[in-house]
Amino acid sequence: MSDVWLAWLVAWPVVMALPVALFGRWPNLREAISLATGVALLVGVATFIGPVAAGARPSFSVFSILPGLDLAFALEPFGLIFALIAAALWPLTTLYAAGYMRGNDEPHQTRFFVCFALAISAAIGMAFSANLLTLFVFYEMMTLTTYPLVTHHQDVESRDSGRVYIGILMVTSIGLFLPAIVITWLIAGNVDFTPGGVFADTGLGGLAAMGLYGAFIYGVGKAAVMPIHRWLPAAMVAPTPVSALLHAVAVVKAGAFTVLKITVYIFGIDFLQVTGASEPFVWLASFTLLAASIVAIYCDNLKKRLAYSTIGQLSYIVLGAAMASRLGAAAGGLHIVAHAFGKITLFFCAGAIYTAVHRKYVSQLNGLGRAMPLTFAAFTVAALSLIGLPPLAGAWSKWYLMSGALDVDMQIVLGVLAVSSLLNIVYLLDIPARAFFLPADDQAPRGFSEAPAACVIPLMITATGCVVLFFYARPILDFIAGSFGSTA
Amino acid sequence: MTQFLTETLPGLFNYWIVIGLMMIGFYTVIAHDNLVKKLIGLSVFQSAVFILYISMGSIHGSTAPIIIDGNPVYAHPLPQVLILTAIVVGVSTTALGLALIVRINEAYGSIEEDDVLAADLATSEGEEAREEARSEQAEAEEAHAADDADDGTEPTERRPG
Amino acid sequence: MITAFFNQMPVLVVVVPLLAAPLCVLAHRAFAAWLLYVLASWSAFGMAFLLFVQAKIAGQVSYAVGDWAPPFGIELVIDTYSALVLLLVTGVAALTGIYARKSIASEITIEREYLVFALMLLCLAGLIGITVTGDAFNLFVFLEISSLSSYALIAMGPKRRALLSSFQYLIMGTVGGTFLLIGIGLIFMMTGTLNMADLAERLPGVYDTRTVQAGLAFVVVGLSLKAALMPAHIWLPNAYTYAPSTVSAFIAATATKVAVYALFRFVFTIFGVGYAFGSLPLGTLLLTLAAISMIAGSLASIFQTDVKRLLAWSSVAQMGYIVAGFALASTAGVSAGLVHLLNHGIIKGALFMAVGAMIWRVRASSINDLAGLGRAMPLTSAAFVVGGLSLIGVPATAGFISKWALLSALFEAGRYGVMAVLLVASLLSIIYVGRVIEALYFRPLPDDVSHHQHGEAPLGMQVATWALIAINIAIGVHATPELEATGRAAALLVGGGT
Repeated sequence: MSDVWLAWLVAWPVVMALPVALFGRWPNLREAISLATGVALLVGVATFIGPVAAGARPSFSVFSILPGLDLAFALEPFGLIFALIAAALWPLTTLYAAGYMRGNDEPHQTRFFVCFALAISAAIGMAFSANLLTLFVFYEMMTLTTYPLVTHHQDVESRDSGRVYIGILMVTSIGLFLPAIVITWLIAGNVDFTPGGVFADTGLGGLAAMGLYGAFIYGVGKAAVMPIHRWLPAAMVAPTPVSALLHAVAVVKAGAFTVLKITVYIFGIDFLQVTGASEPFVWLASFTLLAASIVAIYCDNLKKRLAYSTIGQLSYIVLGAAMASRLGAAAGGLHIVAHAFGKITLFFCAGAIYTAVHRKYVSQLNGLGRAMPLTFAAFTVAALSLIGLPPLAGAWSKWYLMSGALDVDMQIVLGVLAVSSLLNIVYLLDIPARAFFLPADDQAPRGFSEAPAACVIPLMITATGCVVLFFYARPILDFIAGSFGSTA
Repeated sequence: MTQFLTETLPGLFNYWIVIGLMMIGFYTVIAHDNLVKKLIGLSVFQSAVFILYISMGSIHGSTAPIIIDGNPVYAHPLPQVLILTAIVVGVSTTALGLALIVRINEAYGSIEEDDVLAADLATSEGEEAREEARSEQAEAEEAHAADDADDGTEPTERRPG
Repeated sequence: MITAFFNQMPVLVVVVPLLAAPLCVLAHRAFAAWLLYVLASWSAFGMAFLLFVQAKIAGQVSYAVGDWAPPFGIELVIDTYSALVLLLVTGVAALTGIYARKSIASEITIEREYLVFALMLLCLAGLIGITVTGDAFNLFVFLEISSLSSYALIAMGPKRRALLSSFQYLIMGTVGGTFLLIGIGLIFMMTGTLNMADLAERLPGVYDTRTVQAGLAFVVVGLSLKAALMPAHIWLPNAYTYAPSTVSAFIAATATKVAVYALFRFVFTIFGVGYAFGSLPLGTLLLTLAAISMIAGSLASIFQTDVKRLLAWSSVAQMGYIVAGFALASTAGVSAGLVHLLNHGIIKGALFMAVGAMIWRVRASSINDLAGLGRAMPLTSAAFVVGGLSLIGVPATAGFISKWALLSALFEAGRYGVMAVLLVASLLSIIYVGRVIEALYFRPLPDDVSHHQHGEAPLGMQVATWALIAINIAIGVHATPELEATGRAAALLVGGGT
């Protein structure tokens, strides 16, 4: 495939949003188009796997935004992995959304699918971006296109949550991320993602580097490092397919992806190791992941609990980036994949439960396992994957994170990870345990009452994905690590 | 000091007049409540500047810049021409200002700035109070999510509004 | 013939709208006056474009009015700096022409419509004159032409409060103009010339005199009044709020911008960077005022109930951004200030146009009246959203380019404090833009059907609004040409003035 296809792939969902909008009156046709677009996107992105694995680095510059700064795309393994996840989970979510939205008679379905397509385009754009400016453009595009999704119901609650959502994301990105990019550009004269970083010979000092790294970590509000995590639970006001794809995969992973990209390609692992600029953020991320897990235990609302779980899991990735170890960073990359499959399954399950029996609190789920065996089986698999038990995908990312921490002599991180796994067990396994082992209440449905097939099939597929990924974790890690220059 | 008092001070008397006029005009603009008086002050202020221009073009013992026989000293004609333009600007300003005052008088029945401002303030305060009431009412009427909506609220959480 | 036209273009660009104005009055019919306005403004825009190209190729276009050789006659000089501002002014004027017809018809009685167009042409002629002239006194005259016509335009607003707003503007504007006149007089006194290039040559010889220092002070204060820089901004919110919507859009996008143009034309070209920013603390003074403007303007904007007033206060803040750029007196800073001068003209023009279209529909201008318009007027509301995002500085809009340029320039100059203020002000803009957007999309349409009789805004209003939005986005995604042009202008101003 020629390099110009990078740009076409980014534009593809935007282009196809038009027929989706036009055919809004015929829901079947509209969803068929969405689904076909998603599959075509996945195929398009997948064609790059071969060349990139063979060492090709396709790049394409669209035009210059500012003198010397182009809107440019460049593909490297890590970006490709992120694009693949987004592109693979989009058609699944579309299928799921069709079932969910119809099952719950949601309004404004056309706008929903259009904004979804735009948000995916932003995710692909971020994955392919060749420099910080391009990444920032698509980062903001994602913030803005997901706002109508978060505030989908247009009532007081969604408006207030929307305020928190857009407020935090915009304030951090314009208040910190943008100036950090400008400063990087002025110091290094270059904001291209460069293997080894751009600060190598600039004489940027330790404290200044630390401040700049902090501006990036907190500027990328989508990575939800405490105390700027509030937007993520707020976004749970959205319909569950949105929470599933965007607030478990695309948006939050875009944040984690950005942090990793900046760590590896702007600062450079070696630079961070020498200056120690990222060290404080190891502890901030550790705090976040423990605190979020503890909060999650006390959340009765299922979606809210999953949201806090996501905050914790994101900090694994930030932790992997901040400990300035190649292996750790690659493990963070792997965790993006593993957590994406796990968390989307959990959200799919939450939505399926809501669609089938209209329950959203953990305390209401007692005994539902017999009525919804498939959903709760999938939930268990995904939960175990997030906890990190083999043979599930999450086991490997945690394993490599720990090895990465040992590489740079951060034994305490091992303890943090161990404790957080225990907390994961408490708040995640609690749910299937209630469903399968506790007696059902009086209103609970007797007999088999799963959600529509359009909801159940996607969550079965993603749960299977969690198992399959266990066996392909090493190739993915090597694929990512190849671009990080790791030899692990 | 003596030199200053005997030569500099009287020697620059035209500039002292200019400054004096300027201050009188400016003070009138700021201090007076009556819109017509304000406008008069503005005119005095502008006239002061006209005199500044004229006096800088004049030369001691010079004559008007009209060619006559002999070899007289002429005053600099350029500032005078410039000020002709500035006077036109000043007259138009005064005319427009007076026209506005006439219309203000028609609309408010007064040309005292305080009265007009008070009338405006009353209107805008009324408007603001009305708008605030409307905002509050609109907020009260806004749709709330259904209690069993698929959102992230806890049973204990109070809904906003 | 063609050559003759090209040679006369610098003066024609002023003369065409100036002559069209009395023709409007003679035509006395609303439609004829409108047609004249459209023809004159579009031909001015065409000529401005040609002049911009000429200035780019030749570096500078100069024209001796009446064939009197400068410095004795009046010289018109168009370099990249003035050509850019000229493009903005004529471009906005031309689009306002398309926009104006329906909007003015809904706010002003038909018998007086022709006067609006005549006055707008006069105002346009004045603004164009300021940008093309190379003569200090001539600049004052054109400034007063544009000011006088804008006082009259504002007084034509539909509410009676327009009258006092206009009168207050008249008082402050005239004081400002007279200050400028004093300043010009003082430097004329010391140099005996009014030609800008000539002044720049002769002033260094008399730099140390009190007179020249006072001259600079008077010029700066006078033009700051016209540019509505804090604390001389008091006239602006009322004037923009109560003027007819078309006039608000036109004046907001051009008048204060041209005043800033004139201010820095004096400071850089005539007095010289080294003098104004070296011997006198003008840089620090302007930066401080700019920072106060940014914060105070944004804060005031948040608490407005009237959407036009909200935009007006935001303009006060945005003037701070522009002045902050210029006040750095570095090439990057001046370039950034100029970029934002152009971009803000485009952004605010579009925003006022979009709001004007909404006002045209609901016949009221408070935020509450805009409730639910997101559904009733989807295109106009979308235009407002894009404009608002641009104000915040979201990437892929012109506002982002401004912010990028300003932040870089401030960082380069080591003005971290102002940088932080600018960021805070941008974040405040999220709040006030958000308030309007929430009203548009989250509130239901009111039940009374009285103003449901109109649908989307008329085609002309939409075309003009979206043309500005399109330019806005075009600049946002591909700002290189604009930045190159402003860079050239800045190099000319900062490098050539000393």
